[in-house]
Amino acid sequence: MSDHDHDHDDHHHHHDHDHSELSETELRVRALESILTEKGYVDPASLDLLIDLYEKKIGPRNGIRVVAKAWSDPAYHARLMQDATAAIAELDYSGRQGEHMVVVENTPEQHNMVVCTLCSCYPHPVLGLPPVWYKSAPYRSRAVSDPRGVLQDFGVTLPETTKIRVWDSTAEIRYLVLPMRPTGTEGWSAEQLAELVTRDSMIGTGLPKQPGETA
Amino acid sequence: MDGAHDMGGAKGFGPVVPEPNEPVFHDEWERRAFALTVAMSRPGGWNIDMSRFARENRPPEDYLSKSYFQIWLAGLETLMVERGLVSREEIEAGKVLLPPKPGVPTLAPADVVPTIRRGASTERAQKSPAMFAVGDTVRMKQIHPQTHTRLPQYVRGHLGTIEINHGCHVFADLNSLGVPDNQQWLYTVKFDGPELWGKHSDPTLSISVDAWESYLERV
Repeated sequence: MSDHDHDHDDHHHHHDHDHSELSETELRVRALESILTEKGYVDPASLDLLIDLYEKKIGPRNGIRVVAKAWSDPAYHARLMQDATAAIAELDYSGRQGEHMVVVENTPEQHNMVVCTLCSCYPHPVLGLPPVWYKSAPYRSRAVSDPRGVLQDFGVTLPETTKIRVWDSTAEIRYLVLPMRPTGTEGWSAEQLAELVTRDSMIGTGLPKQPGETA
Repeated sequence: MDGAHDMGGAKGFGPVVPEPNEPVFHDEWERRAFALTVAMSRPGGWNIDMSRFARENRPPEDYLSKSYFQIWLAGLETLMVERGLVSREEIEAGKVLLPPKPGVPTLAPADVVPTIRRGASTERAQKSPAMFAVGDTVRMKQIHPQTHTRLPQYVRGHLGTIEINHGCHVFADLNSLGVPDNQQWLYTVKFDGPELWGKHSDPTLSISVDAWESYLERV
């Protein structure tokens, strides 16, 4: 590579100046993209749009809105429990990997946790793409046999009497956990309640924040 | 197939390690590999069960040593080679050696958001009445197909209870083989922890899987 190339790129960390820094996988993906583009199978502009969609528009903030609305609007809560796909679509979230939604509600008696032991099924329209731990062997192997142990890995301890219910997403039904609304939030707006909802509380590996825990 | 991907109940993988403030992608190549996989399903014409099988159908040491998106990449390569879209030689050489397969559709930029927002419903019209009702006790069949299945090993042979009837859905095992009109009734089947894990089970635990009708036997 000539020296002047990285003068233009040094603020981007493209690593273009030194191919020895590129892993075999990076090189393989780059080469594959150029092959598929040259053959006319993919349009790089479509790839950019897909990445933008999953990095900026589809993510847990969508699910947070669903939960906060369910906590603050009893009629919406009822619709969500009756037909989650339709109730989630009311907030304009729908589509790939969320075509058939079921919401499972935590109560003082039962805590719900969602896993996909066979791959990485996850409700994309409301939670985005899954985190690495959700796709990892430790979570996929232990969530169904030792969920309390998994919860401890997340720093969560539930009362021994709370029943644990694990939902293994083996078909195209996608599950969203509706966590319990924290006490001490009477009269809070949906916007205030949203501050308490975490991604992990909607998978069942975490609990919502308590009032006073938010910044 | 009984592959390394079927992980429910396996031991020895260690603790779950959450990553605070985790980014959606950890590297530029993960972004591109993800987007290529999604975009190539249009010219490729494969379905989700074919792509799942392409990822899981590999030696356990390969499945367990590759990262998630490395498995996606390997699966994408397999799917494209199988359909004559690219050759192994082109992938290894990193350049075009053969003319493109003619007449394949592409995902245009204007179609990206509508395609993702629409998704692909798997619900289909029923072909026969449901064999099971909510509350029925069922036994999961003891099957070991060589091809794709969504019946995890840890529930096979065990007794469960039908909890939800989800209607008729595309049946993954046949869909991965390209068999048309394959829909079956789909149920959530719930198991008590001790039924699956014996005396080692947390007594408060119950687990469910979603199971198509042909996975189930009446008891």
